[in-house]
Amino acid sequence: MAERSFAKEVQKLKMGEGETFSGEGILAITKALLENGVGYVGGYQGSPISHLMDVLADAQEILGELGVHFEASASEATATAMLAASVHYPIRGAVTYKSVVGTNVASDALSNLASGGVTGGALIIVGEDYGEGSSIMQERTYAFAMKSSVWMLDPRPNLPSIVKAVGAGFELSEASNTPVMLQVGIRSCHVHGHFTASDNQRPAMTVSDALENPRRDLNRIVLPPATYLHENEKLTKRLPAAQDYIAEKGINERMGKPDGKVGLILTGGTYNTVVRALNRLDLADIYGDTDLDMLVLNCVFPLVESQIMEFCEGKDAVLIVEEGQPNYIEQQIAHMLYKSGKRVALEGKGKLPMGGEYTGQVMVDGIAEFLSEHAPALLPVSKVATNETPVEIPDLSDTLPPRPPGFCTGCPERPIFAATKLVEQELGEHHISSDIGCHLFSIMPPFDLGATTMGYGLGPASAAAFHNENPRGRRSISFVGDGGFWHNGLTSSIGNAVFNKSDNVIVIVDNYYSAATGGQDILSSRADNKTKQTQNSIADAVKGMGVKWVRQIDRTYDVTKVRDTLKEALTTEETGPKVIIASSECMLNKQRRVKPQLAKAAKEGQRVVRPRFGVDEDVCTGDHACMRLSGCPSLSVKDTGDPLRDDPVAAIDQTCVGCGNCGEVADAAVLCPSFYEAQIVTNPTSAEKRRASRAQRLIGWLQSRRAARRIALA
Amino acid sequence: MNMQASPVIARRSPGPQGEKIITLAALAVGGQGGGVLTNWITEVAEANGYRAQSTSVAGVAQRTGATIYYIEMCRDTGRMPVFALSPAVGDVDILMACELMEGGRAILRGFVTPGRTTMIASTHRIPAVAEKIAPGDGRANGPEVLDAMGIAADKVVAFDMETIAKHADSVISSSMLGALAGSGALPFSRESYEDVIRKSGRGVEASLRAFGEAYEVAKGEKTAPILEQPPAKTTPALSIPDKLRAKWEVLEARVVKLPTPAQEMTRAGLAKVVDYQDVEYGAQYLDMVEQAAALDAEPFELTTNAAKYCARALCYDDILRVADLKTRATRFDRIRDEVVVNDDQVLMLTEYFHPRFEEFTTTLPRALGRWMQKRKGIEAFYGRHFDKGRRIRTDRIGGFVMLWLVSSLRPMRRRLLRHETEMAHVDQWFATVLEVAKDDRALAAELLANYRLIKGYSDTHVRGLSKFARVMGALDMLRGRQDAADWMRRLRTAALDDEKGTGLDGALATVRSFAKAAE
Repeated sequence: MAERSFAKEVQKLKMGEGETFSGEGILAITKALLENGVGYVGGYQGSPISHLMDVLADAQEILGELGVHFEASASEATATAMLAASVHYPIRGAVTYKSVVGTNVASDALSNLASGGVTGGALIIVGEDYGEGSSIMQERTYAFAMKSSVWMLDPRPNLPSIVKAVGAGFELSEASNTPVMLQVGIRSCHVHGHFTASDNQRPAMTVSDALENPRRDLNRIVLPPATYLHENEKLTKRLPAAQDYIAEKGINERMGKPDGKVGLILTGGTYNTVVRALNRLDLADIYGDTDLDMLVLNCVFPLVESQIMEFCEGKDAVLIVEEGQPNYIEQQIAHMLYKSGKRVALEGKGKLPMGGEYTGQVMVDGIAEFLSEHAPALLPVSKVATNETPVEIPDLSDTLPPRPPGFCTGCPERPIFAATKLVEQELGEHHISSDIGCHLFSIMPPFDLGATTMGYGLGPASAAAFHNENPRGRRSISFVGDGGFWHNGLTSSIGNAVFNKSDNVIVIVDNYYSAATGGQDILSSRADNKTKQTQNSIADAVKGMGVKWVRQIDRTYDVTKVRDTLKEALTTEETGPKVIIASSECMLNKQRRVKPQLAKAAKEGQRVVRPRFGVDEDVCTGDHACMRLSGCPSLSVKDTGDPLRDDPVAAIDQTCVGCGNCGEVADAAVLCPSFYEAQIVTNPTSAEKRRASRAQRLIGWLQSRRAARRIALA
Repeated sequence: MNMQASPVIARRSPGPQGEKIITLAALAVGGQGGGVLTNWITEVAEANGYRAQSTSVAGVAQRTGATIYYIEMCRDTGRMPVFALSPAVGDVDILMACELMEGGRAILRGFVTPGRTTMIASTHRIPAVAEKIAPGDGRANGPEVLDAMGIAADKVVAFDMETIAKHADSVISSSMLGALAGSGALPFSRESYEDVIRKSGRGVEASLRAFGEAYEVAKGEKTAPILEQPPAKTTPALSIPDKLRAKWEVLEARVVKLPTPAQEMTRAGLAKVVDYQDVEYGAQYLDMVEQAAALDAEPFELTTNAAKYCARALCYDDILRVADLKTRATRFDRIRDEVVVNDDQVLMLTEYFHPRFEEFTTTLPRALGRWMQKRKGIEAFYGRHFDKGRRIRTDRIGGFVMLWLVSSLRPMRRRLLRHETEMAHVDQWFATVLEVAKDDRALAAELLANYRLIKGYSDTHVRGLSKFARVMGALDMLRGRQDAADWMRRLRTAALDDEKGTGLDGALATVRSFAKAAE
């Protein structure tokens, strides 16, 4: 099950007309889907829309009552292909994934879906992970919308606007027979707010109804000659229909005073930041009331030419606010203005940065520069003249240690990379291909392992070119997680390696979940899941694919075993890909699962063992070799207070979960004997207690006997 | 970026009824519970008739990295303000940092503005990986960050909120909330915060304790807890059996005759050496310190360093030492305390050992050890059958007695191969020190401090020895120079910077270049 339970929140999905819904953006979207009579929902997890999937998974009962089918799709391509149900049937469908990575995977299905068009509303909710703190490459989903002729909504980032956009998205899709993307930024997904709920709607036609009454329309199938007709239809029918809908329904909002000589055209997602910038420039109040003329594009594609032209009429200058590059919207508007012969100064990128997130100060600077050039009278004098003497703040950039994300306390992936480092110490450095997932943290200190990451499930595929002419030469090592493996790795990586007789080594990091996205179940998860078939063996799948050399390691914390297995894989004479499956449960999810169970057992008087590691501080010499093979948050440094020592020693704090990595690494790398494992037994058996006290008596006698004969520090 | 010659002054303006938006950013390390804190603050604001909005960029998996949470709130006058979704440079009213360096990061990112921002920061440290992996002491400079807070913030409320939370059996979100309430940065009553904690329903009593404690410290009604650091063990408690007291007093009398500034260190060193071996070993140690003292003058740094590093050199880490430390009664008490074992619980204790052929043979009498080391067959046999990790249960009679027997070899230590090697190394080093001290005391003091480089076990120990040798190897190039001591210190610092010794290579190359230029 996912790491965060929404069992309590999903009750909010039952709210009816007039009730005030309060919660995160992502939950609001889910509720809006039900209010709009969605017939089926699918998707693939990934920040920021993971919780949308988790909410739906926890809401199966409510969905069932409404006749809504929900699937956790195998990939974004699967999810998008699922929308095929809306091609011939008037059923509303929605899928969700992280963009732009998910959209990349989905693009084959997306093109086909967009070509034939849809009958029922088809909504693709893309969670945009753009800007500061993003975990992916920075590209715009906009390009996909343009090339596939799929419409794109980018509502203002507040709950009522987002909820409204869901309904508008379905209607727009149906009015123009085109799938619609609803783009929500990472912060909008996690924003906490309120909106007034409506009643949930049962879909007019369920997917079961459709199965009982199959339909097909040759003109909607992507095959010549229909494909050529689709191309034509996109331009002559669907686009005008969409533009009509957008104009008629007032999807885009005009704000401020329409007679201004300057104006802003902005995407909905940037609205709040723009208003804040205007407020800071004394041009808007905190509620967004302003005299400045603004056109807020809640639908960013397609643009409605007449609306843009009307806005620009009589203006001296217009600033386009669109985040990311290329500046598609600015280009389109420039084209419109040029063709119409209008003499409006068009500003956008240049006043605002070409790339990167439009954060508060960036927006203030850009808008202020635009206004001071094109409407200096608008800018209050007090904003331009400064009489404050700036305070010089010390530069801390050399002092502050970087703090990139890393493996959690007790993570089962840590020992795998500790073992890899040990193998490299013995056999030299290797080319290492990484994949997407928690295991990618190996590229950071202290491990510093991994050269490239090419996509989800593509770790081994990205080592495909590395064929060593010398069969005894070095092999590449590639990593792929269980999530990536089932997403696409089985065919793209494993199948490819088998077929092409690769000699390289593949390590499948199996932590029982799609852990990086929030601990969702996948095919090989060990948990029993009421609505999913789990416990499918990765080893069997790999063997089925034709791999001969397969090793299954059931406890990754056995560093010695992982090291030896990896060494064997790198040196064996056997040909073909060498696959190691290293399995141990994600510690974050395990703790969440096990902790309440153990607490309950202890309370009931059952024998419970809690492991923890420690360091003997007088045995530790403060060389920190253990930390260079760990990076565990619970293993840190501390001062001893001993004047004879210069360096801090290792110490393990209360957050230790006793995974064993410290001791195993100290053993495998022959580091030092400072580590001990303490197992605290609650409710010990009486035999155990007797034995302990007997040992204690003898040990105590030996200790006091020696203490009487020597001078010792107490 | 658009850098303008004179930046525009961009301050928020209030609403028509004077209502103001308050902006609050919280910087935390993943896993600290920043989400809980954010929810609490939002609820407090709403309970006080404010509209509030919170956002975060909580990358689901990014557990241990720096995370930022953001809240905006405004007195409710019937309309929904347009709240921003992320903190802006120069536009944060309250900045909460759940760790000292994260507070520094907030300053670096421009979220702390003079005349505007109230900075609420916990001063405890969670060392980042980069700080932990240095072979020496890689920890960042905390006081520098505290100083910067004083300059950058309008008001600073900084104390160790982690310790307050721990003492109350709670987590830092509770004490941070207390500090916020106590700072008075938000116009809400203490009770309204406490009500929100009560409503949360989990660990309420502990949370309220931590909240209350931090509230009072922030208000200035209570003093902050002292940073949890072990007290300096300047005079370690020694247990001295009666029959050894006379012998010990002879040693103590010798310490008093040393230069005063070096006496404290010598006392610590002497205790360590006698604890390590016996009274005679202590005498041997004092011989060394006295030799250094004979060549020393004010401020007696040479003698102090001799007291410190000779003690470390004599107390090398061998199997006997480890077995001795691991079987002491004081250790068992310390562990029970550290891992928190109640009286009705049983503690099982497993030690992780991995003695290699080297450790085995050097723990044998000199001749036997050397003979064994030459026999490849024996080494291979050992490798096959014994060279593996050993888990020893010291809470059980069998495991304890095994270690106890090994530690009982202590009286024989002087006859073992390891002792011979160690003493040869120590003698050579110390002879060099004394020789150099005749004409450059400062340099000799640095040579003594070079023993800091030798630490760790097995491979780490070997690497330490090699770094020590390389640093000492620069002696000939440096001798006779005015700045010789300074350079020797720099070389040592470079050697402690990274594991592989890249920094040391660079420093040595510099020394070589100027040594050559001087020729």
